[in-house]
Amino acid sequence: MSFEEVRFDRVARAFGETDALADLTLTIRTGEFVAFLGPSGSGKSTALNCLAGLLTLTDGSISLDDRRIDHLPPERRGFAMVFQNYALFPHMSVRRNVEFGLQMRRVSKAKIGGRVDDALKLVKLEHHAEKFPGQLSGGEQQRVAIARAIATEPPLVLMDEPLSNLDAQLRLEMRTEIRRLHQELELTTVYVTHDQQEAMSLADRMVVLRNGRVQQIGTPEEIYASPSTSFVASFMGYRNIFPARVARQQDGRVTISADGVELNGIAAQGTPTDDVIVAVRPEDVRVVHGTDIPDGNRVDLEVEVVEYGGREYTVGAVTSAGLLFHLLTDQPLRVGERISVAIPVERVRVYPAATSDIPAGEDMAAGELEH
Amino acid sequence: MALDATARGPLRPPLSRRLAERGVDWTLLLLLPALVFAVGLFVYPMLYGLRLSLDPVEGSAFANYRRFFSDSFFRDTIWFTVRLAVPALLINVLLALPLAYRMRYAARGRRLVTIILIFPLTLGSVLLGKGLLNFLSGTGWLNRALISLGIVDVPVQFTHNYWGVLIAVVLADFPFVFLLLLSYASGIDPAYERAAAVFGASAWQRFRLITLPLLAPGLAITASLAFVLGFGVFPSAILLGQPDGATRTMGVAAYSEAFQQFDFPMATTIALLMAAIELIVIVLVLALRARLAPTVTSGIKG
Repeated sequence: MSFEEVRFDRVARAFGETDALADLTLTIRTGEFVAFLGPSGSGKSTALNCLAGLLTLTDGSISLDDRRIDHLPPERRGFAMVFQNYALFPHMSVRRNVEFGLQMRRVSKAKIGGRVDDALKLVKLEHHAEKFPGQLSGGEQQRVAIARAIATEPPLVLMDEPLSNLDAQLRLEMRTEIRRLHQELELTTVYVTHDQQEAMSLADRMVVLRNGRVQQIGTPEEIYASPSTSFVASFMGYRNIFPARVARQQDGRVTISADGVELNGIAAQGTPTDDVIVAVRPEDVRVVHGTDIPDGNRVDLEVEVVEYGGREYTVGAVTSAGLLFHLLTDQPLRVGERISVAIPVERVRVYPAATSDIPAGEDMAAGELEH
Repeated sequence: MALDATARGPLRPPLSRRLAERGVDWTLLLLLPALVFAVGLFVYPMLYGLRLSLDPVEGSAFANYRRFFSDSFFRDTIWFTVRLAVPALLINVLLALPLAYRMRYAARGRRLVTIILIFPLTLGSVLLGKGLLNFLSGTGWLNRALISLGIVDVPVQFTHNYWGVLIAVVLADFPFVFLLLLSYASGIDPAYERAAAVFGASAWQRFRLITLPLLAPGLAITASLAFVLGFGVFPSAILLGQPDGATRTMGVAAYSEAFQQFDFPMATTIALLMAAIELIVIVLVLALRARLAPTVTSGIKG
């Protein structure tokens, strides 16, 4: 069952009065790796469960090409899924777990054996086939879950935060593994995560969600370089986010002032009003020396905190008025040292304050999933 | 003992520490009250009963046991009891399982159903038996309903026979079976069934391949306990049955030996045989469950 595209058309899901997901319109092309990214309560898992058939929609439609599938129960959609807690059947061996989807889809006995072996080999678990999930480590269980999903050769693989229960090192390993499998098998994949690094490294396209609404859809490069709202910016690692007032503006160039600092930047979202939010990535703040004044903005700072990060230092430094800047540098700065930094104009992104308040980790309960 | 600073290897920790690592410490004393209870109220009466049963009113040590198995008046009580306990257990499990399955994750209505079902438990079997005696009698509601619906012409005999007792046992034990199964069923992570659904399993397949095997341990425990409950049937066997005939259960026989014949050793013998049969059945059920679904550990290791 192959298809050209999966289409979400104004998909919405409410739990009582709460909109867990609203007005999601998105087209996923075959072979694409799409990541839903957002904090908890943003609606990303809701969107995935709607696609899987584990949640019914309250509005809109989901279609495979021209065939509507949103009324179908999950077992008739033919997808595969990797769950956050893996949901491996505890009473079945690894082999039986991987076979399960094939048996349900009435694949012939002769073919099942080979496909299970292939899937287990892909995730390097061929020697654990007779073990039970309870005898495996978290990373191994995770790989069984992936093998179970790819063994059915599904038209669409859904992954719900599959790496969130693993420790940091294993997470990186499995991330590479998932990307490798995707490239090898060209499986259309929809992936849910709250980790922007994970989303960026895996996805061809990202959908950033907040409070059930789409903030931005684009390639990782687009979203990283040009976040469309200050929320997306803060989520994508623009650590320097502060309110400011517009001093002047001309041709999309905006001069803002905040705590006595004047910066030239660009309007990132419409025409700025008086009150704005300014977003700058730490890696765009560069330490400069002496009279080496580059194009753009120059700010004088005093070093307050230095964190060693291996390849570089993460430095927190404040202006004389107390405005904090985070920056990255390969120079071992000392606390109390006075430095000058340069920030390119096009990397100072100015957002209107009214529509893009800084998120404060708000959590909107998505409610219990229905069974 | 002086510490030898030149000794090689790690120092041997003190005895109390080594015992604690094996789980032996002062908190073990917390077991004491329960132990006194178990010995005083279970082990001692059991041993006392065993001695009593081997000290018959007449004959040699095993005369009571020989009499029980040679005299059909006694021997048949096993069959009378089994044919009440086993059907009651099967009926209850078959009725409770779908209901518990349906309600396993239900948020609404669960409390109401639980209260309705717990109610008969609080009444006690005597009141339940008396109530049923009226309800099931020739002029009771059930027969009047059956007659007015034209299903039967003459009242059906529901009481003072096997059926009355069976109905009473089913009603009395159902809440127990249901509540046990409900708690076992709701303890199963819903993620397993959701995963099965995504991978193509229909509702029936999800039940048969996922929920039922995961429920098997709970089902076995529930069946064992329900059997023991039904096997001890006594008040309803007297109130609604024929205590001198078709529903002369082992409990009834033990009672009449003790308080009508005043043959305490024989009564004790019957009680011990009841216990033995219950034990055998429980072992059989648990062995069967171990064969059907090997014990698995679930959960996620880091």
